Amino acid sequence: MEQLMADLKKQIIEALNLKHLKPEDIGDDQALFVEGLGLDSIDALELIVLLQQHYNIKLANPQDGPQIFKSVRTIAEYIQANKPS
Amino acid sequence: MALGITRYSRIKDRTLVRQGEVVHTGADGSFDDFLDNALKALNIAYPKFYKMDRAAKLGFLGTEMLVNNTAVLSGYEPARVALVVANAHASLDTDIRYFETTKTMASPALFVYTLPNIVIGEICIRHGIKGENACFVLPAFDAQQLHDYVTMVMATEKTQACVAGWVDVLGDQHDVFLYLVEKKQQHINALEHTAEQLQKLYEHYGTVDGRS
Repeated sequence: MEQLMADLKKQIIEALNLKHLKPEDIGDDQALFVEGLGLDSIDALELIVLLQQHYNIKLANPQDGPQIFKSVRTIAEYIQANKPS
Repeated sequence: MALGITRYSRIKDRTLVRQGEVVHTGADGSFDDFLDNALKALNIAYPKFYKMDRAAKLGFLGTEMLVNNTAVLSGYEPARVALVVANAHASLDTDIRYFETTKTMASPALFVYTLPNIVIGEICIRHGIKGENACFVLPAFDAQQLHDYVTMVMATEKTQACVAGWVDVLGDQHDVFLYLVEKKQQHINALEHTAEQLQKLYEHYGTVDGRS
């Protein structure tokens, strides 16, 4: 889980062009949207692409996005629960 | 009412020029590195900059040099500032990069920049500009057309100032010339707003000394 979250932080910075941040700047439970990291709706789409590209996971129901993309930890938990075997 | 060019900036050959003075140059590294380093050189913290495409970054940097971190425009109501930008390559630089991503996984972040007028949106968001705006795609820099359109926009009582100019990029080839037009009576040292003056500023790398 810890390694997965560390990988995710690097991938999020790369995919979303967050060049002003380092992985250690992103807390495991920090909110990613609005008052947290300040991500927007286009970033949410990029996160969906990231899941597909790196983990071969297609978001079955986009309505679940806000819960899944709440923080790095919730994304990691979703990946662990849904990663193809 | 007479109009004056009160500020101007130029970005060409990886060099940022403000009012004729070089403020940053960066020959080393990639063109994208140059753009990101230019932001740091101007001492600006604006995380969204890194998400922008090259055209938006160039327009952003050129405008920052014009308005000094919004201070110059702070005297105007947002709806009284206009923005007129032209270029030759529309959004082709980003269109090509977006097309490449469609071969694997189309990038939403690139897709949103596949319009030539997005640069205007980014500048408006940064500086709170809410006035008239227009984006033209022209074969080449056309001082007369820019002059005529800006003159028309400034003829309305509503518009008090206009950021205008040329923001063109394709690959590493870039050419930016932006200027601020204001009603001249309050700016006695302003350059005359004429097509000839614009052409001169554009051609002379922003270092023209012919003040009116």
